[in-house]
Amino acid sequence: MNTSDYFQLFAAVAPEIIVVLTALLVLATDLLGMQDLPRSYRMSVAAGLTTVGCAGATAWMFINPTVGTWHGGMFVIDPLNELVKGVILVLTVLTAILSIETRFTRHCGEYFALLLLATAGMMMLSSTENLLMIFASLELLSLSLYILVAFDKSSRHSAEAALKYFLFGGLSAAFLLYGFSLIYGLTGTTNVLKTAYKLFLLGPDTMATVALVMIVVGFGFKVAAVPFHLWSPDAYQGAPLPCAAFIASGSKVASFFVFAKVMLFGFNQLGWGAEEGAVVGWIPLLSMVAAASMVLGNFAAIRQTSVRRLLAYSAIAHAGYILVGFFAVGNAAFASVVFYVATYALTTVGAFGVLGVVEAQVGGDQLKDFAGLSKRAPVLAACLMVFLLSLAGIPPLAGFFGKFYLFAAALKNEGHTLPFLWLVILGIAMSCVSLYYYLQVLKQVFVVESDEQARPLAVPFLTQAVTVLLAAVIILLGCAPNWLLTPLQEAIVEMGW
Amino acid sequence: MLAWTIYLSFAGALLCLLTPRTNPRATRAVALATALGGLFCALAGAVQFKSVNGLEVVANIRWIPALGINYSLVADGISLTLLLLTGIAAVAGVLFSWNIEHRTNEFFAFFFALIGGVYGVFLSADLFLLFVFYEIAIVPKYFLIAIWGSTRRDYAAMKLALYSFIGSGMVLVGMLAAYAISGLGTFDLNTLAHYSFAPEFQRWAFPLVFVGFAILAGMWPFHTWAPTGHSAAPTAASMLLAGVVMKLGAYGCLRVAMTLFPEGLKMWQHELAALAVMGIVYGALVALVQKDFKFVIGYSSVSHMGFVLLGLVTLNEIGWSGAVLQMFSHGVIAGLLFGVVGRMVYDRAHTRELDALEVMGLSRALPFAAVTFVIAGFASMGMPGFSGFIAELQVLIGAWQAFPKLAMIAGVGIVIGVVYTLKTTAKVFFSDKPVKADPHHEHALEPISVPERLGAALLIFCTVVVGLFPRLLLDLIVPSFKSPLFDGLRKGLGW
Repeated sequence: MNTSDYFQLFAAVAPEIIVVLTALLVLATDLLGMQDLPRSYRMSVAAGLTTVGCAGATAWMFINPTVGTWHGGMFVIDPLNELVKGVILVLTVLTAILSIETRFTRHCGEYFALLLLATAGMMMLSSTENLLMIFASLELLSLSLYILVAFDKSSRHSAEAALKYFLFGGLSAAFLLYGFSLIYGLTGTTNVLKTAYKLFLLGPDTMATVALVMIVVGFGFKVAAVPFHLWSPDAYQGAPLPCAAFIASGSKVASFFVFAKVMLFGFNQLGWGAEEGAVVGWIPLLSMVAAASMVLGNFAAIRQTSVRRLLAYSAIAHAGYILVGFFAVGNAAFASVVFYVATYALTTVGAFGVLGVVEAQVGGDQLKDFAGLSKRAPVLAACLMVFLLSLAGIPPLAGFFGKFYLFAAALKNEGHTLPFLWLVILGIAMSCVSLYYYLQVLKQVFVVESDEQARPLAVPFLTQAVTVLLAAVIILLGCAPNWLLTPLQEAIVEMGW
Repeated sequence: MLAWTIYLSFAGALLCLLTPRTNPRATRAVALATALGGLFCALAGAVQFKSVNGLEVVANIRWIPALGINYSLVADGISLTLLLLTGIAAVAGVLFSWNIEHRTNEFFAFFFALIGGVYGVFLSADLFLLFVFYEIAIVPKYFLIAIWGSTRRDYAAMKLALYSFIGSGMVLVGMLAAYAISGLGTFDLNTLAHYSFAPEFQRWAFPLVFVGFAILAGMWPFHTWAPTGHSAAPTAASMLLAGVVMKLGAYGCLRVAMTLFPEGLKMWQHELAALAVMGIVYGALVALVQKDFKFVIGYSSVSHMGFVLLGLVTLNEIGWSGAVLQMFSHGVIAGLLFGVVGRMVYDRAHTRELDALEVMGLSRALPFAAVTFVIAGFASMGMPGFSGFIAELQVLIGAWQAFPKLAMIAGVGIVIGVVYTLKTTAKVFFSDKPVKADPHHEHALEPISVPERLGAALLIFCTVVVGLFPRLLLDLIVPSFKSPLFDGLRKGLGW
């Protein structure tokens, strides 16, 4: 490899490099110069640096829109993954802003550095087509997240959640790696696109099915789909609030993107499997996972009294909806999945923002702690209504269009048969169930009156700004989905799939 | 002009929300102005109606080209009739909720969000758009009942929300399937109505979509949300629920399910007619034995909406025009009845038990309420001279041509309607039992206020005018069935 190649690669990876350098900078600034300063000051500086770093990375992608492949798919840049990385960076910034007002840690530098390292992991995850790189960046992401979940050292829940997350995560990573190694053994390549071709030449093969199942287990854990979801309610509940928001948003976006890539590209010939023998493709497999996630997530959410756990189970249900999008034919699969997961992530961050204020000022995340919120913090209450109704899929909010597009894409088929009709029916029926528990929260907020002595909540300015902004974005994307959909589709068309 | 009904309502909702919590008078002024503005737009649109083949294109803008979705608003005589109804119900609803003091700004914000969604549904000519407006109307209903409601409001509000959402979910499945299977890549109603779906597909898609919409129209046996919802809701919300929201369902049946799947309609015609007649008779019988004043009206709504559904499945023009006229007529009359029961009587007497009302001497205490209720009762019974007569007559004539036996049973339903209306009127207002002084109400009941009188006068005026001059609306409605939107339906029926 000559020097010019190296510089090219350097320019291409620049956004990731910027993020990593920012992580080191945040760490250094905090450890070397600011130990004696008050915590709020240190948090602000670290969050400010994080924001600047992420903005810098985004600006770099905007200014130098590169397209290319390096080292046989180890590192790939195309318009679609630039878009995904943009979304991830935005989510990181939002998480950082929500972190400023929190008090769970004195280790500000380490916290933001880990956040940025996780972001770097997600970015690498989105821009690679190589199984090894996928695994390495997934580990970078996961290890950072394990520590972030445990970051509240004063809380037993935090430690418990982290341990659970770590043990499950370690196991599923082993599954994933084993699956990848089988694929490598079968095909002799770690490139996802070449894998597909080799698997096609190989024909239906039991070994490939074993590898497929392993890989679904690994990714199923990352996206918290049933039956690999057990860690998520505990992690959501125990983790410090911004970390939970980050797991629910950024990590979801990156994981779903790479999951879709591996399934739709790597195994595109193995969709339905073969008629004879025990060779099953990923479509029947994932449709089971999707159905189970939708049903279990929604029904379990009904029973929750903790809003964090409720959001966790609803996240499981949403993972089920998103998996339905995988079955769409052609371009629509990526467009609908990315649209859904991006808007879902923005909505969840907003909901966690409101949740954070309630937890900090009322003292808990139980349903009853939300009582009378519409009087105590009217703006936040209105925003929460937007977020939850968007999650339930009520128009004209982004969540509705996302769901509509997913289901329409999954149904639309070249032939005049509707193979996924049952999944769509199930998804829509489960949305009705979900409306019930979202309305339970909103009932507390708007219908139940708070005590006489309940004072208005003091909402931190930045949190309020973030939630209002997100609510506005959700409404706008619901009314004019084209603003996200058109760039998405153009990016996909440009890649020529 | 017509499109402004939608924008004005949503703007009014926002404006109401922004008025200060402590100043209900300002909110009411904004609300009344919004409602009157909406009614004016609807009236002006009806007067200036410029139809080409029975349709007037109000707006058509590309919205989401990737899925073939347009922001397309089209009016025909049916939509105009229902827009007028919505405008009237909105004005009357504001007048009848003049006494709301608790969180007034939020009340009217939800109220107009609901109204805006309803206007939108009646104007949409794109399936996706129609669905969006249809669902926008769900959430405000929940909060209107849950916050400002009475008896078992939590339960009623949630039941209503879930029933609506399940119904719309069924519609969504049918509509996505129609989109996918037609392969036309569009949600335009007109285009889809010209496509012939395979009979096998229509066999399941039609009942799915029809019943999905009909749940909101109170079709038996999915009507149970209606009585509980109506009676728990605050007066204005009951007026809207019975007056216009149930019409959303019936309108959806006619506009979407029937035009898209005429073959399916023929296959299921008799079953649906039986359900409609069941609703007529069952609703009337149950109304007969209710002890709660509002439940009587709630079940009578189920009964009257049965006529709408029966008219729709007769598959002849007189039945259809009767159904549409009945939608208008029932909207006005149910609004009036709920106005009397909820606002004039319940807000003063604080009870709706028929036995308790019997001994309050209401005809003396509230003569205006008594007179209004008698007029509304006559209209509801289908007396000639009121709008209900001509509408139910047309439905029955249509039904007689299609299924004579069922038409006779439906006629029995009308007779039962007369019985429960007279019985209730006599018991509540003209009982000869001695008046008992209630220790909680030493003071005389407060007199009927001006806004109530105005609201009642408006509704009575509408039902009488349409009763005497039904051609005012029929001339709008009947030509609509010749419009291109109904091409597929007419072709499917072999006309």
